[in-house]
Amino acid sequence: MANVTVTIDGQKISVPKDLSILEAAKLLDIEIPALCYDPNLEVVGACRLCIVEIEGSKKLETSCSTKVKEGMNIFTESEKVVRIRKGIIQLLLDSHPNDCLTCQKAGECYLQKYAYEYNLNFRKHNSAMRPQLIDTSSPYILKDDSKCILCGKCVRTCAQVSDRKVLSFSDRGYDTKIICDEDKNLEESSCVSCNRCVSVCPVGALIDKRQINKLRSWEGNSLTVNCKSCQYGCEFEIKSKNNKNVAVVAKSPSNGRPLCLKGRLTTELLYVDNPETPYSKIDGKFVETSWTEALNIEDVLEKINKLNADKSSLGDD
Amino acid sequence: MITIEKLEQIKNYHRPFLEERLKESANTTIKDGNIALNDLYYNKQTRIALKNCGIINPGNIEDYIAVDGYSALANILMNKSKAEVIEDMKASNLRGRGGAGFPTGKKWEEAFKYNADQKYMICNADEGDPGAFMDRSILENDPHSVLEGMAIGGYAVGADQGFIYVRAEYPTAVKRLKIAIEQAKELGVLGNNIFGTGFNFDIKLKLGSGAFVCGEGTALIESIEGKRGMPRTKIYRTAHKGLWQKPTIINNVETYANVPVIFQKGVEWFKSIGTEKSPGTKVFSLVGKVENAGLVEVPMGMPLREIVYDIGGGIQNGKKFKAVQTGGPSGGCIPEHLIDTPVDFESLGKIGSIMGSGGMVVMDEDTCMVDIARFFLEFTVDESCGKCIPCREGTKRMLEILERIVEGKGEEQDIETLETLSETITTASLCGLGQTAANPVVTTLKYFRDEYEAHIKDHKCPAGSCKSLIEYFITEKCIGCGMCAKACPVQCISGKPKELHIINKLACIKCGACMEACPKKVQAVIKR
Repeated sequence: MANVTVTIDGQKISVPKDLSILEAAKLLDIEIPALCYDPNLEVVGACRLCIVEIEGSKKLETSCSTKVKEGMNIFTESEKVVRIRKGIIQLLLDSHPNDCLTCQKAGECYLQKYAYEYNLNFRKHNSAMRPQLIDTSSPYILKDDSKCILCGKCVRTCAQVSDRKVLSFSDRGYDTKIICDEDKNLEESSCVSCNRCVSVCPVGALIDKRQINKLRSWEGNSLTVNCKSCQYGCEFEIKSKNNKNVAVVAKSPSNGRPLCLKGRLTTELLYVDNPETPYSKIDGKFVETSWTEALNIEDVLEKINKLNADKSSLGDD
Repeated sequence: MITIEKLEQIKNYHRPFLEERLKESANTTIKDGNIALNDLYYNKQTRIALKNCGIINPGNIEDYIAVDGYSALANILMNKSKAEVIEDMKASNLRGRGGAGFPTGKKWEEAFKYNADQKYMICNADEGDPGAFMDRSILENDPHSVLEGMAIGGYAVGADQGFIYVRAEYPTAVKRLKIAIEQAKELGVLGNNIFGTGFNFDIKLKLGSGAFVCGEGTALIESIEGKRGMPRTKIYRTAHKGLWQKPTIINNVETYANVPVIFQKGVEWFKSIGTEKSPGTKVFSLVGKVENAGLVEVPMGMPLREIVYDIGGGIQNGKKFKAVQTGGPSGGCIPEHLIDTPVDFESLGKIGSIMGSGGMVVMDEDTCMVDIARFFLEFTVDESCGKCIPCREGTKRMLEILERIVEGKGEEQDIETLETLSETITTASLCGLGQTAANPVVTTLKYFRDEYEAHIKDHKCPAGSCKSLIEYFITEKCIGCGMCAKACPVQCISGKPKELHIINKLACIKCGACMEACPKKVQAVIKR
């Protein structure tokens, strides 16, 4: 791949010509704010936060969807870019509940991060806000539409798994929302709780329920491990606090990295000191279950127990 | 298989029948082989895209052939190379009639030069602007001109499949298109090996489901692919990677209807009409407070005044002209002092409006410009697809402010907030709809700022149109005839016969029926 030379915020760099401006900037350690961009997902240019100014172009361009061109002179934080970017973040804040104090996502939330970086605040107003639709039907995922910024990452990552496509957009304009199947709740829908969507959500709209009240994002320690359930070996983070492992966090899925409930539960059982009861979805209902059932190892365990019993009875002779 | 001779035979055989039929109706004149509608309304128009509308029977392909239909396609397939067709289109400088005015020839060239095993032609017939019905008229009255235009384009760029994306709300257009496609296939002007040249071209109908945003090219493509109609971010041109990632040309109905005529009558003829930068004509749906509402097709560059007064017959009921809104929800309001602006892509752009697809809404002195801005914003908010933040969230906030202002609850900083929001939405939205959504607000703020200020500061609606800011009142002139009380639909007027009547302001719904009912000689009811 041929290289092109571009200047980003005064720094020259030579990069492959199929890179986007956002990717090229990353090579210079310039982080351009973006909510809907994910290197593992299709580029959609929905959030518009990654706009940059390109010398000679009247329009601002989204850096996620614009490829670098020879000689481009790019400004990621020009006065105009910052003014418009602030306007967009403020629009999101105006629709978002002011509950960072108790939000599980606090500290990891991108909306919070950008609001801090651009010195923006929630404003009091009597106008419309996102609907208070909170789906608590699943023991694994909390879906809170009032915090959703509609970046669509969850929809795209869900669609990457063949036969899945549980999540999609519904309605239009300000009433747009993310739904499961034909607007069912997580429990009744065909969702398998793989948590891919949770791992890519930039805000607190999709939360791993088993982490809630365990610890805050900046607390304790974390250790990255590979799942032992199958040969993919998805990465998980083991979160510990006060020398106890308290939660398992699924890291972002990437190509060939499917994430699954079984893998997450296996990791939880292996690492977490006091794992919560597992649940299985049976005919559209979540029911409490045993670990052997949840991990589908009843037969294996039975056989092992039988072998052990046989062995010990032989030893008696 | 159809041949050029057979086409000529059909024409020669059928033409006398058509002329005979037209002679029987008094609406048309035939002069030097040209058929035209005669009426003062039509005399001032120049009809290219609409030339067959109201003249031929749209359900009969022979009628279309009798007025030289499919002769351009035949001639091109037999005698012109693809490159020559592209060159002619570029030379004609036909610009997209869907709104943006991109040169059609350049668009075709992009797809022509791009190598691919499959290319597509799409006709955008998802006409959605409020009050616009240009495309509908062409589809219903002259469907074959669109099919022929698409086939010519298909040949030029190397596409063998076309799609017409037409709104399901146009059942007659859908029906006539179906018939037209069927007849064209039967005759062989569509299908395989057209005119024995080995050129294949098929057209399928795709019905839209009423989303305004699906008139945006990339959202339309998503919709044809069976996905939710949301615009794509422009990483590639649709002429390179469009429908199913193949080179795709999307043109508007009116654009296609122009194509066969350009090849029949020649590039020079076409360029002699209109202006240098915007040759040809444009169809407008002239509506609103104008005397003669309807479809008008005029040469580009005609001053707005001529369209509104000479063709439209001026304002209804002798009222005063206030503004004309062009370009639908993406356009702007043009005030009286700019009414001599020539109607072409550049001139309208310069004054903050757009040509758009051709909506032209005339407003009189009774129209409140803040309320007009509110009306168009309401439409945009309803129709925003919800994909990008500036359009989804920003237009909603603008509408909330405008709703407050027309209710007399505007605040000092509202105008500034509207301007800030306008900039964010215009600069940062993903697609053309979002980028132009603030236009009605921007232009009314620019040309009618005093009306905004009157609403906000004085709680008055200068046009006397915003219901929250007006009241009806019966003056001393009242003769006590009781006509107003009889007309009042909510019985809120009381008074004894031959005595002064009184309106109960708490119950009044401000419909104005009392004012209408009050005898002309008396005029005791006033609005204030």
